[in-house]
Amino acid sequence: MKKNKRIKHVLILGSGALKIGEAGEFDYSGSQAIKALKEEGIRTILVNPNIATIQTSKELADEVYFLPVTPEFVEKIIEKEKPDGILLSFGGQTALNCGIALQKTGILKKYNVQILGTPISAIMLTEDRNKFANHLHKINIPTPESRAARSIDNAIKIAKKIGYPVMVRAGFALGGQGSGVVYDEKNLIKTAQHALAFAPQILIEKYLHHFKEIEYEVVRDKYDNCITVCNMENMDPLGIHTGESIVVAPSQTLNNQEYHELRRASIEIVRSLGIVGECNVQFALNPRPQRSRFERWQNEQLLDYFVIEVNARLSRSSALASKATGYPLAYIAAKLGIGYGLTEIKNKVTGATSACFEPALDYVVTKIPRWDMEKFKGADKKLGSSMKSVGEVMGIGRTFEESYQKAIRMLDMNYEGAVSENENKKTSEILEGVKNPTPQRMFDIASALKKGFSVKEVHKLSGVDPWFLHRIKNITNHEDELSKNKILDRNKLLELKQLGFSDKRIGNIIGKKGLEIRKIRKAFKIIPSVLQIDTLASEFPAITNYLYMTYNANHSDIKPSRKNSVIVLGSGPYHIGSSVEFDWCSVNTVMNLKKHKKQSIIINCNPETVSTDYDISDKLYFEELTFEKIADIYEYENPDGVIVSVGGQTPNNRAKALHKYGAKILGTNPVDIDRAEDRNKFSSLLDKLKIKQPAWNAFSDLENAEKFAEKVGYPVLIRPSFVLSGSAMNICFDKKDLKTYLKEAASVSKKYPVTVSKFFEQAKEIELDGIAQNGSIKASVISEHIEYAGVHSGDASIVLPADRVNTKTKNEMHKISEKLAKELNITGPFNIQFLAKDNEVFIIEINLRASRTFPFIAKVTGINLIELFVNSLYKKNIKYIKTPKLKSTAIKVAQFSFTRLAGAQPMLGVEMASTGEVACFGADREEAFLKGIIATGGKIPKKGIFISLGGDKKKQDLLRSVLKLKNFGVTLFATEKTAKFLNQNGLKVKSLYKIHEKKSPNILDNFRNKKVDLVINIVDKNIKKEINDDHAIRRMASDNNILILTKIKKAELFINSITDKKFDDLMIKSWSEYI
Amino acid sequence: MGKLILEDGTEIDGKPFGAITETSGETVFATGMTGYTETLTDPSFAGQILILTYPLIGNYGVPDKKYWESDRIQVSGLIVSDYIDRPSHHQSKKTLSQWLKQEKIPALIIKDTRFLTKHLREKGVMLGKINFKKNIDFFDPNKINIVESVSTKKILEHGKGDKTIVIIDCGAKNNIRRCFLKRGVKTITVPWDYDPFEKNLKFDALFISNGPGDPKKAKKTISIIKKALDRKLPTLGICLGNQLLALAAGGDTYKLKYGHRSQNQPCILQDSKKCYITTQNHGFAVGKVPPGFNRWFTNGNDGSIEGIIHKKYPFMSVQFHPEATPGPKDTEWIFDYFLKKIKNYEKK
Repeated sequence: MKKNKRIKHVLILGSGALKIGEAGEFDYSGSQAIKALKEEGIRTILVNPNIATIQTSKELADEVYFLPVTPEFVEKIIEKEKPDGILLSFGGQTALNCGIALQKTGILKKYNVQILGTPISAIMLTEDRNKFANHLHKINIPTPESRAARSIDNAIKIAKKIGYPVMVRAGFALGGQGSGVVYDEKNLIKTAQHALAFAPQILIEKYLHHFKEIEYEVVRDKYDNCITVCNMENMDPLGIHTGESIVVAPSQTLNNQEYHELRRASIEIVRSLGIVGECNVQFALNPRPQRSRFERWQNEQLLDYFVIEVNARLSRSSALASKATGYPLAYIAAKLGIGYGLTEIKNKVTGATSACFEPALDYVVTKIPRWDMEKFKGADKKLGSSMKSVGEVMGIGRTFEESYQKAIRMLDMNYEGAVSENENKKTSEILEGVKNPTPQRMFDIASALKKGFSVKEVHKLSGVDPWFLHRIKNITNHEDELSKNKILDRNKLLELKQLGFSDKRIGNIIGKKGLEIRKIRKAFKIIPSVLQIDTLASEFPAITNYLYMTYNANHSDIKPSRKNSVIVLGSGPYHIGSSVEFDWCSVNTVMNLKKHKKQSIIINCNPETVSTDYDISDKLYFEELTFEKIADIYEYENPDGVIVSVGGQTPNNRAKALHKYGAKILGTNPVDIDRAEDRNKFSSLLDKLKIKQPAWNAFSDLENAEKFAEKVGYPVLIRPSFVLSGSAMNICFDKKDLKTYLKEAASVSKKYPVTVSKFFEQAKEIELDGIAQNGSIKASVISEHIEYAGVHSGDASIVLPADRVNTKTKNEMHKISEKLAKELNITGPFNIQFLAKDNEVFIIEINLRASRTFPFIAKVTGINLIELFVNSLYKKNIKYIKTPKLKSTAIKVAQFSFTRLAGAQPMLGVEMASTGEVACFGADREEAFLKGIIATGGKIPKKGIFISLGGDKKKQDLLRSVLKLKNFGVTLFATEKTAKFLNQNGLKVKSLYKIHEKKSPNILDNFRNKKVDLVINIVDKNIKKEINDDHAIRRMASDNNILILTKIKKAELFINSITDKKFDDLMIKSWSEYI
Repeated sequence: MGKLILEDGTEIDGKPFGAITETSGETVFATGMTGYTETLTDPSFAGQILILTYPLIGNYGVPDKKYWESDRIQVSGLIVSDYIDRPSHHQSKKTLSQWLKQEKIPALIIKDTRFLTKHLREKGVMLGKINFKKNIDFFDPNKINIVESVSTKKILEHGKGDKTIVIIDCGAKNNIRRCFLKRGVKTITVPWDYDPFEKNLKFDALFISNGPGDPKKAKKTISIIKKALDRKLPTLGICLGNQLLALAAGGDTYKLKYGHRSQNQPCILQDSKKCYITTQNHGFAVGKVPPGFNRWFTNGNDGSIEGIIHKKYPFMSVQFHPEATPGPKDTEWIFDYFLKKIKNYEKK
C-alpha cells in the first residue's frame, strides 16, 4: 500500500497576496505540492487569489479559484467541488488559520473532507501557547517561562518566581510599546506601571539574553520515521525574529552534542504531535551554560535550551532549508500527506538513493533578509521580534566569508561586500547600530571591527557569536592589508576571491576598475569553479544541475552547455516593486524555451522562488545577479545568449554592461533599452516622434526649479535622478512644498540633478503591455487604473477589460506604441504607462521589459506575452494576436503590510508601498473589486464607517457615493467638519473628536473598541493644517487592522461594491468558468 | 607546503595546519557536518588519512579529553577544505591545530576536497601519503592486524550492576561503554585477543566493538566469538563487531568500494517501513548472512547488509553505530533491546 486510494480530489489552500511575513515561499511550497499530487493522478483544486504565482498556472492545478482564502469562501468552494481531501500546510498561516476555522465550525466534517498530513489537533495545539507549553513539559522539553500579570503585585510575584532578568511585554499593546528587559524589582515596578497604563495585562517572561537561536526542519511519515533535513543557526541572537536574522546552514558553532541533542528534542516534539509531513522547530540555546546545573553525566551534560516556536506547516524556514540542501521538502511533505512512507520515495537529486536520509552539505549557505524601510515613511527601523523584511537572498560558498559576501551583494542594494562605505557614521552611531540592530547592522559590525573594537567588545554589544565576528574580522583585516600594501599578486588575488571579494571591491581598494581586476584575474587564470548541490556531499553522483560558483575548488562538476542554451536572469530578492510576478515571467520563459528545444540556464539568488527549484530549468545557478557572476557564467557556459527582460528591473539593469562586454542579449538591443531608460534621450526621442509627455526638466538649483514650476503650474512631481535606495519622489502643491522636498532630495548638485515634471490632478492612468518583434507589435493589452494618476502603478487597482477608456484614447495609445516599437526596434516585452486627461494622451514612461502585469494579463485574457516573446526569438514573423473580448471583469488589488510596520504612514502615493497583490474575477467591477478587497484582508463593514474628507472639493466629489451609505445599516462616524457637511446633505452621521483633542466621543476609542471597521480618509494636500491628525487616524486604523481607503476613486468603487453586492452575490466560480 | 599523494599518482598541494611529519595510510572521506572531535578520536579510523567533506573544520575548538571517543587522535592524517583557527565554544580548550600538533598528526588545507572525494568515489578508496620534506612509502593498514594497535592492553572494569558485559575492545569508542553504564550494567573491557572463557570470567553477555581494518585479520577475536556462540551466550556486535560475528557464525565479508563514513545513512529494519538515520564508519561489510541468522537491517541507499540477528538465540549485530557520537542518537535503543534479550533469555 502506498498512497491512500480514497483520495481523488484534493483542495489546496494558498497563502494569498505576498505580505510581510508571508511571501513567495508559499508559491514554491504550493507548486511542489501540486506537482506531487498530479504525479499520483489526483485532481487538484487550488484556492489562491494571488494571480502572479506559478501555482495558479494552467500547467499546475486542475482547477483554480481566484478567491479569498477565508472560511466563508472556502466553505462554498468545498460545497461546490466536493473534494476528498484538503492540504492546509502549504499556504502559510493564512491557509492554516482558514483550515482551523473550517474544522472548528464543522465544515470539513459536514462535507467529509479529510485533512491530509498532520492532524488538525496537532496544528491547533501548536497554535495555543499555553496548551502547547504544557504539552512540551509533559515530554520534558523546556519552554521559557511566561506568565500574564494584571497588577503590579502580581507582576512582582511572577518575576520572583521566574528569576531576574525578565522581559516585560505589554499584552495586546501596539508595536511593542511598553516592553522591556528589567534586571530588578525596582525597575520591574517602573516598567510594569507604564505598561499596565495602556494594556489590561502584561506578560512576564524569562529573559534569554543573547541566547543562540537554532532551527531544525523535521520530516515525519506515518510509519513514525523522522529525519531532520537541515539545521540552521541565526547569526543574530535570540530576540530578533528569524525572518529578520542572518541565518546560516548548517549550524557553525554547535558541537556534536549540541547539534544532536537539539535534533533529538526536535524529533521528540514532532513525534509527540503526530506530524505527518513537515515541521519547523526553533530553539534558544545558552552559549554559556552553568556547568554545575547542566552537567550530569561525565560526557552527557544536558543542554540549557528552550523551545521558542514550532510551526506545524511548511514555512519560510522550510523553503530556505529546501534550497540550502536540495531536499524538496514541500514535494516530500505532500507525498507523505497522501500516505507514502519516506523509504518509498527516492531522492530526486541522486535518482538512486532514498529520500529517508539527512542531507550532508559540503558548502555553507548564508541567508540575509532584504528590507525596504526607506519606502515606508515614518517606519521604525529597529529590528526585533516582529518581521519587517520583504524578501531574502541566499549566498552559497565554501568559506563563510564567501557565502556571506555573496549574499550581501545579492541584496542588490549596491553593496559590494561586508564593508560598506556608503555612510559616514560617527563611532557612537556605529556602536548604537551594533547594539540595537537596524538593517544596517551587518555594516555597523564590520565598521566597528575595522575601527579597532575587539571581537569581544562587539560580541558583548551585539550578542553575535564570536565565531561569526572573527570571520567578518578576517574580511576587514584583508581589506586593511590590501589598502595598505596594494600588492595584488596571484596568491593574494586568489585568497581574496576565496573570501568572496568582488572584482569591483578589490578594485575600489587599490584604485582600479572592476573590469581591470577581472582582466588581471583572468590573466592569472583565477576563474570560479562550478559545483553541484547534490544532497550527499558527493558520496553519490547527482543527476540534477543545481549549481553554484566558488573559488574554493579547482574543478567543475559539470560541462558547459554551449550551443542551443540560453541564460535567463531571474528577479533576485523580492522587494517593493519586484515580486513573484517576475518569477512567473522567468519560469514561463524557461518553459517556453523548452518548447523550442533550447537548454535553459536560470540565474537567481532568491530562495523564495519557484525558478530556483532545480527541476524547472536545465541548469540552475543559485548565484548573484551581478555583472561579474553573470559574465563568469556566460563565459563558462558559452550560451546562445542572455535574456534580461523577464526578471524585472535588476536583470534589465545588467543589459548595458553585459552588452558592452560582448555578451549576446536576446531581444531588444541594449542600446535601444538605454534610449528608453535615459530620461534625456527618451525625451528627445518623444519630441522627434511628436508624442506628448508632461513637461519636465532637470534642475540643480532651487531658483530655476521654481521658475519652471510657476511656468507649467503646480502641482509638480519631483524625483532625484540618481537614487541609491529608491525614495524621495514627491508631489509639490506649492513653492513651500518644492523647497522642502528639494531639500529632502538633499543632493541637489550638478552631479545629481533633480527632475521636476508637471503633475496632472484627476487624470486617468492607463497601461499598455505588449510584445513586439523587430519593431512591429504582435500583441498588446490595455489595462486601466481605478485610482487617478499619482498612485504608483504597483499600488493601484487595475482593471481588465479597460472598458472605461474611450476608443479615441485607446487608438491614440496604440498609435503611440507602434511608433515607439518601431523607433526602438523592440523585440520582446514592453510596458508603457500613459496619462489621459480631457481626451489628451501623455506618455509617462516605457519599460522595455516584462512588467508586473504580465501574469495578470495572461490569466485574464489568455495572452501569454512571455510565450510570444520566446516565440519571437525563434520563429520568423510571428502572428499578430488580437485581444479577445472578455466575458468577465478582473481587478488586480494591491496588498499592503502597514500593520506590520510600526509608525509607517499607511498612504498611497507616487512611491510604491505595497508588498503584493491579488486579482479576482467578477461579473462586473463591483464584484471583482469586493472579492479583491476581501482577499487582501478587508471586510464588508458590519459595525461602523468612519469618514473624514479633507477640503470642500473632495467632500463634494465623494458626496454622491457616501450618500449611498444612507440605508447601508451601519453607524457612520466622521470628523466634525465632515459630519457637519454630511448631516447638511441629509446623512445621519455621528461626530467624533479628533485624537489630539482628547475629548469623548473620540476617534481613538471608537477604533480601539472595534466600533469601526472601515475608514475613509481622503486628504486634501492643498489644505495646510496646524495640527495634522490624519496620520494618527490612519496609523490608529492600521494598528487596529481596520481597512483604510485614502483615494477617492478607490473609496467610490468600494462604496458602490458594498452597497451593490451582498456577500452571497459574490459568485463562487473557478478560473475556467470566467475565461 | 605539504603534499597529499595517492597511489594512483594524484598529487595535491596543501597548506599544513597540523604536525609537520610525514604519514601514510588508506585515504577515505567522511561526510558528517559536525563532530570532528569524536571522529578524529574514533579508533576505527586508525591507519587512515581522513578527508572531511564539510569545508569548515575547527569551528568549536577541542574540548577536554573526557569528551573524546578514545584518549588520542586516531587518524593518521587529516585533509580539510578550510581550517578555522578562531574557535568559539564554551568547552573549547585548544584549537584543532594545536591539538594535531601535540598529537603529531599532520593535516592539510587543500580547498578542493570535493574533487578528491569524487575521485575516491569513482576509483574507490586507495592508499595515500602526506609528504613534507621526505618521501615516504605507502602503507596499507588492511594488510596487517591493525586492531591489535588500538585495542586496550589492560583489563578494565567499569560500573556496577546485576549484569556484566565483557567488551572485546577492537578499538571501542568510549560512548559504547557509556551507553552500557548509563543502563546500569557492569562492563569489563578486555583486549581483542583475550579469551574470557579460558580465564573463567563471570559475565552475562559478550560485546564485540567497532574497530579498524579488515575483519579477517582479527582471527583470535573470531575464535573467541565462536566460543560464545557455542555456549549460546548473548552476543552483540557493532561495526567491526558485526563483521566479526558474521565471520564467526559462518558468514562472509567484503571490502566496499569507498565505504560508508557519514552520519546520514538510512537503515531499514527488515520487513518493516521503519527507517533509522545512522552514523557509520566502515570500509568492509557483511556480504553473506551466516546460517541461522536473518538480515536485521538494510541500507536504504545501496541495499547493503546493515545488521544480522539470530533466528533463535540472542546473537545480533549492527553495522552502524547506535552509540552515535558523532551523529544521530536514533538507534540507541539497540542497547536496550540487547539488554532486554539477555534478561528474557535467562528467564527461559
